[in-house]
Amino acid sequence: METSLEEVKKQVVEDFSLYDEWLDKYEYLIELGKALENYPEEKKTDDRLIKGCQSRVWLDYWVKDGRIWFSADSDAIITKGIISMLISVYSGRTPEEIAGDDFGFVEEIGLKENLSPTRANGLASMIDKIKAVAAENVQS
Amino acid sequence: MLVEEIRKSFPGLAGTVYSRPLVYFDNAATAMRPIRVISKLEDLSYNHNANIHRAVHRLSAEATEEYENTRDSVQKYLNARSREEIVFTSGTTAAVNLAAFCFGESFIRHGDEILVSEAEHHSNLVPWQMMCERKGAVLKKLPIEDDGTVSLDVLVRMLTPATKLFCVAHITNTLGIENPLKDIVNICHSKNCPVFADGAQGIVHSRTDVQETGVDFYSFSGHKVYAATGTGVLYGRKELLEKMPPYMGGGEMVGTVKFTGTTYAPLPGKFEAGTQNINAIPTLVPALEMAEAMRDTELEKYCEGVSEYIFDALTSNPRIRLFGVPRGAQKKAPIFSFVVDGVHHEDIALILDKMGIAVRSGQMCAEPVMDRFGVTGMVRASLAPYNTMEEAESFIRALERAIKMLS
Repeated sequence: METSLEEVKKQVVEDFSLYDEWLDKYEYLIELGKALENYPEEKKTDDRLIKGCQSRVWLDYWVKDGRIWFSADSDAIITKGIISMLISVYSGRTPEEIAGDDFGFVEEIGLKENLSPTRANGLASMIDKIKAVAAENVQS
Repeated sequence: MLVEEIRKSFPGLAGTVYSRPLVYFDNAATAMRPIRVISKLEDLSYNHNANIHRAVHRLSAEATEEYENTRDSVQKYLNARSREEIVFTSGTTAAVNLAAFCFGESFIRHGDEILVSEAEHHSNLVPWQMMCERKGAVLKKLPIEDDGTVSLDVLVRMLTPATKLFCVAHITNTLGIENPLKDIVNICHSKNCPVFADGAQGIVHSRTDVQETGVDFYSFSGHKVYAATGTGVLYGRKELLEKMPPYMGGGEMVGTVKFTGTTYAPLPGKFEAGTQNINAIPTLVPALEMAEAMRDTELEKYCEGVSEYIFDALTSNPRIRLFGVPRGAQKKAPIFSFVVDGVHHEDIALILDKMGIAVRSGQMCAEPVMDRFGVTGMVRASLAPYNTMEEAESFIRALERAIKMLS
């Protein structure tokens, strides 16, 4: 049986809680960023850029069998780790699941308040983009 | 004078971030404020709060005295000929905008040229660009050299009879290069071109003598030189300021006001419309005294040592590219902008932050400088005379660790 969205989020919160210090949590984000699969160069287009981030973040997606799949890249590794963490949670979910989610686990990790204001805005922009993609694909 | 003594005057330096001692290396963005500046702001708010100039009551007289005494102090500090040449603004940006608008109105015609150095921050570029658009003038870029300096030969070549002003930083905010203002002025004046020097960083790291250098305009922000935020100065040569129209109308920038027409106050009042930042402007007095006190020989020698240590550490690391390393005799202020091979500037700043070290990353409000060197951004560590060798060592250690983490 597939893991529920709630379980996946719980797992991410748990993974982050293993590290006491934020420096270590960043080290973990860097690992996540490095592990992100190769994003094709030709998809690094302006229309795939997420607006509102200081570093460049590209988000690509496709819908298959009623589920949304995401792929992403960034020229900054911590930002890449953040988007990697987000798409690991939301990739392969249905538009309804994503659109109905409150993204509250990001607060639980404490990520937002540990980012500089510009990065926090960037994180908010990434979340907004994922939500917008889901909303567009919800079957009415 | 010892650095430890100086640090006692700046309570902001004693802070901790994420339970680590703060290393504040973002001084080019804003400096820490000394106790005397904070007390001055408090004292004026508590004890001398009244609007200036017009009222006859005692409190207003006290506030006026504080404000106008500040003008005398700034005049002395810049060695301006007269106190009428000192106009208070809210900061560098406001000063440049005022100058650009009013100078443009009086002196710029269709087809005239404004020459701006490529190394300027946006505040000493965009106002000129806006003025050129309004007046149908041409904005020309003076390209900088690979080492970040302004070449005097290039300057000579680029000045034409149509060049009506050259705009250049005293010390650039990204590269930290001190431009030879006196030589620049000599060249420009020989071609009847006045010089606007932006002193946002120069006021902090160099001596500024407007008569000796001969600059026609000089601007700076209070908050970068230890005064309260929302304070700034535009120095302008009296002959030029007199010919320029007011910037904003209202308040006491007037002579007489009738519905049929208004006459304007004499200098500098005509440029100070509305209620000025009257509680904050007087903090420039203790701030500039502090700046002066820190030009102590012993302290300066210490600071040079700290600077050299950082310079050597950055330039000896093959993965680091430091920008603004003058090949010639130009001086470099302790402003270090660099990139690390294969590592994003923002990542470096974020990791350094977690280690308690405050630096700036990004375009440094100087996008053309980023384009010039072909990068999307840089990391900038900018020091003030109160920064210590221990802080410098901790910065370099943290930087090495950050590079390791991010590689």
